[in-house]
Amino acid sequence: MIKIDNIDKWYDDFHVLKGCSLEVERGEVIVICGPSGSGKSTLIKCVNALEPVDSGRIVVEETDVTARGTKLPLVRARIGMVFQHFELFPHKTVIENLMMGQIKVLKRSREAAREKAESLLKRVGLADQAQKYPSALSGGQQQRVAIARALAMDPIAMCFDEPTSALDPEMISEVLDVMVELAKEGMTMMVVTHEMGFARRVARRVVFMDQGEVKEIADTDTFFRNPETDRAKEFLSKILAH
Amino acid sequence: MDYNWNWAVLFQEPYLGWLLSGLQWTLLVAIAAWVIAFVVGSAVGILRTVPNRLVRTLAAAYVELFRNIPLLVQLFVWYFVVPELLPEDLGLWVKRDMPNPEYVTAVVALGAYTAARVAEQVRSGIQTIGKDLVNAGLAIGLTPLQNYLYIRLPISYRIIVPPLTSEFLTIFKNSSLALTIGVLELTAQARQIENYTFQGFEAFTAATVLYLVITLLVVLLMRLIDQKTRIPGSVGAN
Ligand SMILES: Nc1ncnc2c1ncn2[C@@H]1O[C@H](COP(=O)(O)OP(=O)(O)OP(=O)(O)O)[C@@H](O)[C@H]1O
Ligand SMILES: [Mg+2]
Repeated sequence: MIKIDNIDKWYDDFHVLKGCSLEVERGEVIVICGPSGSGKSTLIKCVNALEPVDSGRIVVEETDVTARGTKLPLVRARIGMVFQHFELFPHKTVIENLMMGQIKVLKRSREAAREKAESLLKRVGLADQAQKYPSALSGGQQQRVAIARALAMDPIAMCFDEPTSALDPEMISEVLDVMVELAKEGMTMMVVTHEMGFARRVARRVVFMDQGEVKEIADTDTFFRNPETDRAKEFLSKILAH
Repeated sequence: MDYNWNWAVLFQEPYLGWLLSGLQWTLLVAIAAWVIAFVVGSAVGILRTVPNRLVRTLAAAYVELFRNIPLLVQLFVWYFVVPELLPEDLGLWVKRDMPNPEYVTAVVALGAYTAARVAEQVRSGIQTIGKDLVNAGLAIGLTPLQNYLYIRLPISYRIIVPPLTSEFLTIFKNSSLALTIGVLELTAQARQIENYTFQGFEAFTAATVLYLVITLLVVLLMRLIDQKTRIPGSVGAN
């Protein structure tokens, strides 16, 4: 469903992605990990063209995201995106955050959008927070709103960029629970995370990135038991140590 | 000091009428100039943040040009030089037939100058919004234009109410320069009263009080706007 084919990307003269390829099947959950600065965020932003690539192709369900003339807003609307720091619209209430895209992009009526938003808020356990502003919510609650905001667009896939790394430890599980449930319902997911417990529970495969390259793509079990590269071994020993 | 205080002069005609008429012109100059400054300044400030490099450069050039030349010089250039540079017909019309040329010139000059300052506030407001928040708008499928309209600008303008307040206040003070090209605004009228009555202290005290009242009203108005629009949870919100 998502096919990343040999993409290269530079920031000026810094080669941030080097010939990365990766295919994600429908309903598959893929976890992407790797040391800081290895290009994980950049890769995931390329999938919905928030960052342009310099060469190579990314195709999302028949649509070439990297081709000129592709209507990017429509592509992006079909791929949910969840950020490390939530990025809720601070001047809108929680429910308005969920309605914005439905109304402006999908052209749903306010009533339909509200209904959808309310059911999603219920689903992430925040039905009673609808009228609050994001700043009044805890980090874990904000991230669940962000997930609901992405789901409100009925996405065909979801991308997560370290969704729990800005959270206090006691709030991590409430967000992971929502994600696990989503995975079990069959959502296609690309998740940048260092939560290896999450990876073990729901990821079919793990991608290991280092210095702009996709170094390893392995079944989750294999990756944890027997990583191929020394860099991955080293990385795993570091993050599993704590 | 041999000075004959005479506060009553302020309440005699024609002097009271002069003061009120001066107040009226000050308000007319400042408010009209503010409308121009806000509209043009917003446009220029927004253009400074678009992807197109040429557009950004042109907008930056506007800001540098109008911000760095003293306002008084700009006023004279608009009044004496610009009509000569216009196409002949238009230039003639400006010089001969345009109603109230001093007023129009003062408004345009003050507006164009303040627009450069407003543009800087608008630009900095837009740029304080983090890249990922911008991305969040795009990621739900908003077009770049929609992202400006519904996310980036509404947040920016809420942030910049305080600095815009001070620009709005400054425009009232700067409007007094209009007297140099013959607009009989508040300061000019105070001077005229001094010339006719030799009661300069009283006249300028009255003008000062009127400026203070304007300042107070503006501050109150802007505080109201700030409270109504402030993003809950932002710094200083209650
Ligand atoms: N806009 C940019 N301009 C220049 N360099 C950038 C830009 N964005 C990222 N980089 C650089 O590209 C490299 C990869 O960044 P990226 O954010 O993709 O890494 P990451 O794997 O997500 O790291 P982290 O785990 O710290 O989030 C880093 O070295 C970063 O400094
Ligand atoms: Mg990152």
